[in-house]
Amino acid sequence: MSDPRATGGVATSLAQIPEYRGLLSWLSSIDHKQIGILYIASAVLFLLVGVAEAVLMRIQLMWPGNHFMSPGTYNQIFTMHGTTMVFLMAMPLLFGFSVYLVPLMIGARDMAFPRLNAAGYWLYLFGALMLYFSFMAGGAPAAGWFSYAPLTEGGYSFGPGIDYWALSLLVMGAGSVATAINLVVTVLTLRTPGMSLRRLPLFVWMTFVNSFLVILALPALNAALVMILADRQLNTHFFAPEHGGSALLWQNYFWVFGHPEVYILVLPAFGVISEVIPVFSRKVIYGYGFLASSTVAIAFLSFGVWVHHMFATGLSFAALYVFAASSMLIAVPTGIKIFNWIATMWGGSIRFTTAMMFATAFLIQFTAGGLSGVTFAAIPIDWQLTDSYFVVAHIHYVLLGGTLFGMFAGIYYWFPKITGRLLSERLGRLQFWLLVIGFNGTFAGMHVLGVLGMPRRAYTYPDRPPLGLLHLISSSFAILLALGLVLLVVNVIVSLRRGAVAGDDPWGGWTLEWATTSPPPPDNFERVPPVRSRRPLWDLAHAPPAVRDAGRAEGGGHD
Amino acid sequence: MTERNRLGMILFVLSESVFFTLLIVAYVFYHHPGAEGPSAAGVLDRGKAAGYSVALLCSSLTLWLAGLSLRRREQARAASWLLGTFVLGGVFLVGQALEYAHLLRAHVTVSRNLFGASFFTLTGFHGFHVFVGLVMLAILAGLTLARSRPERVEAATEAVAVYWHFVDGVWVVIFSIVYLWSMA
Repeated sequence: MSDPRATGGVATSLAQIPEYRGLLSWLSSIDHKQIGILYIASAVLFLLVGVAEAVLMRIQLMWPGNHFMSPGTYNQIFTMHGTTMVFLMAMPLLFGFSVYLVPLMIGARDMAFPRLNAAGYWLYLFGALMLYFSFMAGGAPAAGWFSYAPLTEGGYSFGPGIDYWALSLLVMGAGSVATAINLVVTVLTLRTPGMSLRRLPLFVWMTFVNSFLVILALPALNAALVMILADRQLNTHFFAPEHGGSALLWQNYFWVFGHPEVYILVLPAFGVISEVIPVFSRKVIYGYGFLASSTVAIAFLSFGVWVHHMFATGLSFAALYVFAASSMLIAVPTGIKIFNWIATMWGGSIRFTTAMMFATAFLIQFTAGGLSGVTFAAIPIDWQLTDSYFVVAHIHYVLLGGTLFGMFAGIYYWFPKITGRLLSERLGRLQFWLLVIGFNGTFAGMHVLGVLGMPRRAYTYPDRPPLGLLHLISSSFAILLALGLVLLVVNVIVSLRRGAVAGDDPWGGWTLEWATTSPPPPDNFERVPPVRSRRPLWDLAHAPPAVRDAGRAEGGGHD
Repeated sequence: MTERNRLGMILFVLSESVFFTLLIVAYVFYHHPGAEGPSAAGVLDRGKAAGYSVALLCSSLTLWLAGLSLRRREQARAASWLLGTFVLGGVFLVGQALEYAHLLRAHVTVSRNLFGASFFTLTGFHGFHVFVGLVMLAILAGLTLARSRPERVEAATEAVAVYWHFVDGVWVVIFSIVYLWSMA
C-alpha cells in the first residue's frame, strides 16, 4: 500500500492514492472525483432500498385480496419507492457521473466551485436521511411521489410524513441547484485551450443543457413545497378548496417542475449513450450538431408540456389541444436522437461489451417507453388510461428501461476509469440478461393491466381473470429484476478485489478522461493533450511519433 | 475568478426568479376583489410602503458606488458606501416589520384568508432575501475595513451586487403588483 508514485509507478486502484486514504479524506473531500464516487455509491445504496420497496409491493400484489401489508403501509411504500427512485437514486446517480466526468472531459483540474460541490452532495445525503427518518417519526409520506393536494393537507394526512417529504425535497433541491450552477460555470470557464463548445463531448453537452433544466425547474417545486408547508404548519389554505384554495394550482406547480424533471432524469443517460455507442461501434457519432441542438430543443419544449399530466382535470379544450400538440412535438427531437444513435451503429464494427449491450437495450426499451408516452398526448387515450397501470408501465420503460439501463452502460464503461479495475464481463452479461428479462417480464404485462382498467396505487384488486395471472407474472419476473440489480453490487465488490487492471484507455475511447491514468491522480492530468478536434485521443494515436511528442510537450504547457 | 463568481450568481438569480415568479402568480391567482375578509385595498398602506421601498431602491445606487470605489482601491470610501447600503436595506426591513406589526394587530394574519397567505408568503420570502443580502453586505464591509485582499473583495462585491440588484428588481415587480395593481 505504499505510494506507487514514489517509485515512479502509477496507481492502479483507489487504495493506492495516499490522498484518498482514511474516512476523513472522504468526509472532508472537495475533490470532484471523490464527491462523484460518493454520489454514485449513495445512489446505488438507495437503488437497493427502492428495489426492496418495489419487491414488497410486488409481493402484496402477487394474488388478488392479499393481506401481506395494510393499505396504509402500502401507500407509504409506493410513495417512498417513487420519491426514492427519482430524488434519492436517479438524480444523485446522474449528478455523480456529471461531477466526476465533466472536469475530466474538458481537461480541468476540478469543478469551478469545489466547496459548493461538496455542499451539494452533503445537502443531498442529509435530505435523503431526513426523508427516511420519517419512518421513525410517526410514518412516512403516503400521498404518492407527486403528493396531490388536498390529500396532503393537514386535514387528510395527519402524520408528519408530508412535512418530512416537503422539507427533505427542499434541502435536496437546494443541493441540486447548487450543483447545476457549478456544472454550468465549470463548462463555461474551465475548458482546456482548443476545447470549443463545438468540440465538447456529447455527455458534457447534455449535462450542460440538463443543468439549465435543474436551475429553472427545481425552484418551481420549491415554491410549491413552501406553500404546502405553509398550509400544514401555518394554517394557510393555498391548496384547500373548501377554504377558497385551489388543488389544481398544486398540480400546475408540481408539473411545471415535474415534466422538465422527467427530462432531467433522462438527458444525462442520453449523454452516456452518445459516448458509449460511437466508441464500441468504432465510428464517429452521426450528427453531432443535431444531437446537441435537439437537446436544447427538448429543454425548451419540456417547459411547455406539463398540462398533459392533467388532461383529466376538466381544463378547457383550448388548453388541452395546445398541450396535446406540444407533447407530440417533443417526440420529434427525441426521435432525431434515436435515429442518430442507430445511424452511428450502422456499418460500424460493433463490439458487444456489457456497456454496449446496455446501450443497445436502452435504445429499444426507451423507444418503447417513448411510444407509449406519445399515446398519452392523444387526449381520449389519456382519459381512458390515466392513473392506470399503463402509466406505471410507461414511466418504468422510460426511467428503468431507459435511464437506468443507460446509466448501467455508463457504469460498465467508466468503472475502469474510476477505480482502475475492469468490471467482470461474465457477471456483467449475466446481469444484463437478468435485467432485460426481469424488466420486460415485470412491466410489459402492465400495459395490458392498464388497458383492462387496473388502477395504479391500489393496494389490492378483485379476483377477476386475468388480473391475478398478469400480476403473478409481473411479480415473478420482478425477482429476476431484483437479482440482476443485486448482482451489480456483487460484481463491483468482486471486481474491486480481483478485477483485471484497466490501464489508461481499456476501450479505445477518444475523449480526454481516457488520457489520464485509471484512477486519475488527485490533480487529474499530468499533461492535458492538445485538443484540435472532437476526438483528441484519436488525433494523438494517429499522429506521426514526432508530432505526437511535440503535441504532448505543447499540451503539457497548460495546466 | 471575478467572471466565475458573477456567472455563478447570475445563474442563482435566474433560479430564484422562477421561485418568485410562481409566488407572484399565486398572489395574482388568489386575488379576488370581492373576496371575504381583508384585502390589499382594505388594509395596506401604499404611502408608507412607498417610503421604505425608496430606501431599497437607493441602496442599489450606493452599492454600485461601493463597487466603483473598490475598483479604484479607495477602501475607506468603499466601506462607507457598503455600510450605507446596509443601513438602507435595514430601513427597508424595519419598514416591512412595522407594516407586518400593524397588519397583525388588525388580525390580518397568514392564516386569515388567501390574501394574507399569499401576501405574507410573497413579501416574507422577499424580506428573507433582503436579510440574507444584509448578512453578505456586513461581511463585505468588514472585509473592506480589515483591508483584506482587495481584488477578492472586489470580486465578491460584484457577485453580491448581482444578487442585491435582483432582490431590488423583484421588489419593483412585487410593489407594482401588490401595492399598485391589486389596490387599484
